[in-house]
Amino acid sequence: MSEKIKHFPGEQVKNIDVKEGRIPAVRHRPNAKYLWSAGIAMSRFLEGLKKGKIVGATCKKCGRIMVPPRAFCEQCFKPVDGYVNIKDTGTINTYSVSYVAGDASRIKEPILVAIIDLDGASEGMGILHILGEIDDWKQIKFGMKVKAVWKPSEERTGSIKDIKYFRPLQEV
Amino acid sequence: MFGKKRVAVIGAGMTLFRRTLKETGKELAWEASKMALDQAGLELKDIDSVVMGTAPDAFDGVHMKGEYLADGSGAYRKPYSRVFVGGGTGVFAVDAGWWHIASGQFDTCLVVAEEKMSSCYPHPAYAFTTIFDPIYARPLGVTLIWIFALEMHRYMHVHGIKKEEIALVSVKNKGNALDHPCAQLAAKITVEDVLNSEVLCYPVQRLDISPTSDGAAALVLASEDVAKKVTDNPVWIDGVGWSIDSTYWTNRDLYYPRYVQSAAQMAYKMAGIKNPPKEIDVAEVYDPFDYKELHHMEGLMLARKGQAPKLTADGVTQRDGDLPINPSGGLLGVGNPIAAAGTMKCCEIFWQLRGEAGKRQVKGDPRTGLAQAWGDLMQYGSVVIMRS
Repeated sequence: MSEKIKHFPGEQVKNIDVKEGRIPAVRHRPNAKYLWSAGIAMSRFLEGLKKGKIVGATCKKCGRIMVPPRAFCEQCFKPVDGYVNIKDTGTINTYSVSYVAGDASRIKEPILVAIIDLDGASEGMGILHILGEIDDWKQIKFGMKVKAVWKPSEERTGSIKDIKYFRPLQEV
Repeated sequence: MFGKKRVAVIGAGMTLFRRTLKETGKELAWEASKMALDQAGLELKDIDSVVMGTAPDAFDGVHMKGEYLADGSGAYRKPYSRVFVGGGTGVFAVDAGWWHIASGQFDTCLVVAEEKMSSCYPHPAYAFTTIFDPIYARPLGVTLIWIFALEMHRYMHVHGIKKEEIALVSVKNKGNALDHPCAQLAAKITVEDVLNSEVLCYPVQRLDISPTSDGAAALVLASEDVAKKVTDNPVWIDGVGWSIDSTYWTNRDLYYPRYVQSAAQMAYKMAGIKNPPKEIDVAEVYDPFDYKELHHMEGLMLARKGQAPKLTADGVTQRDGDLPINPSGGLLGVGNPIAAAGTMKCCEIFWQLRGEAGKRQVKGDPRTGLAQAWGDLMQYGSVVIMRS
């Protein structure tokens, strides 16, 4: 703000006054719904999860084994050369302990969130997932080895949630 | 000089930043635009083109926001476009304004950025859950704060940085904002206050984060010919840069923002800057979280990798330090109406280089300033460099 300006526009109001109708307002809740086709590569991924496998994609030009899989290599800008199963073990690249839900409301039991670099994929190919079977989040360490815990096969639907969570490979 | 015409900033304006303002987005855009025009000594008829910057449509629930905000942005019967690159929008809108004039097509461009986050209730955080990949990310319940917490933790781990070193940024910026008349969260706080604040998503705590806000900001850009006619002290845009990294954000090492480096390199090359920490006199670095100021200083090569916390602890980044960072108070102090926050940073550099920043004025006679913003899924960098 310039020292030449003496008038600062904007009228501050309280949220509660808007919500309770003391300030004129209009309400609306959109009811748009979506159904996303998973696409060429991610269909392979979801079908793999249903069978208890994590599917990656390979590019011979750059030599990467990529997860999540993709139909084309974004670096070489060519179709991938194929799809391979990679391991369901990996290493914690980074993690967080979330006490906040999507609507910013608070949750008591924290969600343990991590990026896990999967074994058998190229270096740094992490996926986002949840950690479990950990009593105290302070037991989580960078570089800790973890393994996927799968839902029973009859309960799998072809979803990232077919993996319930990743647990420490060794007892903590 | 790059482009066909040299481009100057000749006026700036902004509204209060607050959690909730009574004005509509259109009304806020109008207030900021009118102030910027008045400061430039121009009228709407003098404006050849308009660029509007505004972030996710989901905040307003109006999924055609460029059109919705056009009248407030002074776009009535003019060449008009809305740009959107997430949190990077506020600085990118100025980059886009630059090319409108540098291309030779226009002599003036009004750049306006607006955000009204309060319309999405009870909290706009929920709108952010719709930015993620629907196939493999959203089913996990991913929220915006997760990705920052993961990035912050990785940055801390790689360099061995402690929370108390990062908290100094929040203390500095909220303190700087005490001198900003539009600030939403100006406060005198301590490192202990930050460390004792509610843990939201470890390592992110309540006082590590900027607020949600309503607000607008605007700049008037002009070609050299017009600028020299209307003002004795134009501020020149000597560098612009923007860059995006892969959308597979879990495949990147989050400890370093390479996309910010790419954007900065583009802008430094244009401006002929070879040694950024020596040649930049004042910078407004994007700080939606306290660690982001440090992370971005390193991406901008204003500090070596892992060294930004030390510069902060040594007082180098204070308003009276050798490299003042966020003298406005930044997003942590002034507030974070997403797109408007980035443009507010460009306004601050303009006022600093004109010597009009009053109590916030940095020492010496700053001649070269930088503003930067960052957005999308931790992948977008936008930079502007100005000289007086």
